[in-house]
Amino acid sequence: METTNHTPIEYSTEEGSNKILGFWVFLGAEIVLFSALFSVYLVLHSHTAGGPTSKDLFEVKEFMIETFLLLISSFTCGLGTIELRRHNVKGLVAWLVVTLLLGLGFIGMELNEFITYVTVEHATLQTSAFLSGFFVLVGTHGAHVSFGIVWMICVIIQLLRRGVTPVTARKAFIIGLYWHFLDVVWIFIFTAVYLTGLVL
Amino acid sequence: MIENIKSFLGSFFVTGDPMIYGADASIALATIGIVFYLTYFKKWKWLWDEWLTTVDHKKIGIMYIIAAILMLFRGGVDALLMRAQLIIPNNTFLTSQHYNEIFTTHGTIMIFFMAMPFIFGLMNIAIPLQIGARDVAFPFLNAVSFWLFFLAAMLFNISFVIGGSPDAGWTSYAPLAGLKLDPGVGENYYLVALQISGIGTLATGVNFLVTIFKMRAPGMTLFKMPMFTWSTLVTSIIIIFAFPVLTIALALMSIDRLFGAHFFTIEAGGSPMMWANLFWIWGHPEVYIVLIPVLGIFSEVISTFAHKTLFGYKAMVWSMIAISVLSFTTWLHHFFTMGNTAWVNSFFSVSTMIIAIPTGVKIFNWLFTLNKGRIEFTTAMLWALAFIPNFTIGGITGVMLSLAPADYQYHNSYFLIAHFHNVLIAGTVFGVFAGLHYWWPKMFGHVLNERLGKWAFWVFMISYNICFLPMYFIGLMGMTRRMYTFPSGLGWEPLNLVITLGAFGMGVGFLIMVWMIVYSAKYGKRDTTGDPWNGRTLEWATSSPAPEYNFAHIPQVETVDAFAHMKEKGTAGNIYKAPFQAIHMPNDTGIPFILSVFFFIAGFGLVFEWYWMAIPGTIGIIVSMIVRSFKDHEDHHHIPAEEVEQTERAAGRLS
Ligand code: HEM
Ligand SMILES: [Cu+2]
Repeated sequence: METTNHTPIEYSTEEGSNKILGFWVFLGAEIVLFSALFSVYLVLHSHTAGGPTSKDLFEVKEFMIETFLLLISSFTCGLGTIELRRHNVKGLVAWLVVTLLLGLGFIGMELNEFITYVTVEHATLQTSAFLSGFFVLVGTHGAHVSFGIVWMICVIIQLLRRGVTPVTARKAFIIGLYWHFLDVVWIFIFTAVYLTGLVL
Repeated sequence: MIENIKSFLGSFFVTGDPMIYGADASIALATIGIVFYLTYFKKWKWLWDEWLTTVDHKKIGIMYIIAAILMLFRGGVDALLMRAQLIIPNNTFLTSQHYNEIFTTHGTIMIFFMAMPFIFGLMNIAIPLQIGARDVAFPFLNAVSFWLFFLAAMLFNISFVIGGSPDAGWTSYAPLAGLKLDPGVGENYYLVALQISGIGTLATGVNFLVTIFKMRAPGMTLFKMPMFTWSTLVTSIIIIFAFPVLTIALALMSIDRLFGAHFFTIEAGGSPMMWANLFWIWGHPEVYIVLIPVLGIFSEVISTFAHKTLFGYKAMVWSMIAISVLSFTTWLHHFFTMGNTAWVNSFFSVSTMIIAIPTGVKIFNWLFTLNKGRIEFTTAMLWALAFIPNFTIGGITGVMLSLAPADYQYHNSYFLIAHFHNVLIAGTVFGVFAGLHYWWPKMFGHVLNERLGKWAFWVFMISYNICFLPMYFIGLMGMTRRMYTFPSGLGWEPLNLVITLGAFGMGVGFLIMVWMIVYSAKYGKRDTTGDPWNGRTLEWATSSPAPEYNFAHIPQVETVDAFAHMKEKGTAGNIYKAPFQAIHMPNDTGIPFILSVFFFIAGFGLVFEWYWMAIPGTIGIIVSMIVRSFKDHEDHHHIPAEEVEQTERAAGRLS
């Protein structure tokens, strides 16, 4: 087992540590990207143009379950990183698979939510500026999660094939960063879109 | 059936204009010529092996610069067409629609497909060499950036023969650029092409930031970095914070146009003014993205040819950092007249004026560097020296524009056109020309002809002033921008004539420059030492053109102007002293090119809303990324020590 004063394996090569720094920087850009979307959404929140408002649409139970699925998946992803540090491929892959399933559950619920809005409530992307902002902000997050699922599958296959090497360790670590980041973004969506949307 | 095909082709290709038919013919001829040349001389494999699959930062830099020069030509032709239309009152050379398309493509191409790639090309050439590295941090990603830019530029450029060009200005303001007022594919080209090249630009920002943070030669602390490296670092940070906003702005407008959303529409609660905000939150930092790197180039050139260390190194760095922060606080000065409150306008007025302070600091530092220097008037130095007064005029008129009440008078007039060309040309264009002359020997192993270079400089620089100085006055006389014709009797005739003559003079300057490049390739003085200018920074420590691995041994840095210091101490030879070791280098790969071709296919499909094309294109993108993910475990090779020795010997570096 690695002790704390050793460099973790994903940082052990120059390439690995460069790529991890590069990914952190990329996440900085992602923060800007989501900030822009949040600002657009918040500005347009009241522009409902006679269509449904956030109060009409949001269901506490639904978005609470989505939130729990994603938060737990972030936790299991973190457990995976601990196994990575132990060089335990099996444990790592197992936790990544759990993470992935939770992620799929989240995406399933979100799709269901969108479909309900569109078919039952007649609240579509084209209805009002508020709904354009809502679908695009939440949808962009959902697209990120879906992308993350495909990516995580690729990483899992590579881990199974090659075991924990500096390269696969780096990949597992970076997908973890990405996954936690999406969780953080969701917390903001939870607060700024759903909770706020219930009261305002 | 035949009728259907006919009507499809009639709307697919732009028809009815003899100039467009001429362009069609010349594009077809050029393509046939290139294909014939490559086939006849059996060059396809060479093209693929040496260029399309390369990850070498020096070759990528060269490709960037070639593409940028082609785009300078295209954007320049657009400019000359506009000025030909405005040479006399009531001219009918261009219709209003055609004029709209041309100023839009001119502005867009000059900013996105000329200025930025030219700068990225020079960064690619110089940065790894200046910091004593073997390549950038992410060579694969670097190739992706280039090919995304290149194919996006091609996508944008075909718009004028296939489907029609965008026509809502390079700022593409809503609601004018929305579907209601601007149906057709033109604006889609703008949105999709800029989106694709923007992804590449963001990747470049990340890449150079990490390169500069992590790959510097031992001993090179941040405050011992060359000034161009500093300017690239600062620019990368601006890119990382600014480009995602453009990504969002473009995406939202695309969703409006393609899927009927209401972000920027007038109906259903959309907010057209939000486009202006998003666009300029990216757009003002963007002008610093194309300015700050050339400030770095001027610093290198001025210190090299004044044969002195740069005056006020720390002040230079801190002023750049200050400019980069302030660049995010001024975006609203582009629409003072859109009805903001007085307090909002005042805030942005003051924040804009403040930028003049760090900029002034830099001007004085260059002047003090020149002071008591032993100045050598090479062509590169002439461009740098001409920058100082010409750019200062642009800067001063910029401060005039920043006064919100006065801007109600200047706004969207030729005064503004004159101002931003004064900073973009005297800043960016003079800067990349200076950089081109300065680093040319490092790229190709020979020096550009000085006599022709000076001719090009004087013709271009004088014509530039003949073209743009009168614009200030004609703007004050009331001529607005984006005007496709003007009536007689307003007293605008003489100045418009002069402006057009100046524009064509700049065209002549450009042609001399092209001739200079061709001439120098054949007759240019060979650079056998690797150090033709008695340079001060590490790129001059290796041979010209630099070997694939850049440095046989990674240099040890002790001071700023590391190479000048090594020459004084007599340790400059250490980087090519035997014995050598094997060198670890990244493998070439075709994936970046293929990935970008899929982006092109998906993008073209989106422009025409042909989902049968866009969806397979997108799948191609994802598959390319997955293939890359599975293949990057062994993507390096070693150059054996003997080969390093041979290369150094061939460069005349070993006795
Ligand atoms: C080569 C010499 C150049 C000439 C003669 C020239 C001339 C012009 C003219 C006549 C216009 C349009 C005025 C109108 O609104 O009707 C224009 C617009 C513009 N130019 Fe240039 N230009 C030159 C180079 C450049 C360069 C190097 C850049 C950028 C790096 C640039 C960026 C722009 C932009 C952004 C616009 C605004 C387009 C719009 O209104 O949407 N130009 N230029
Ligand atoms: Cu600005």
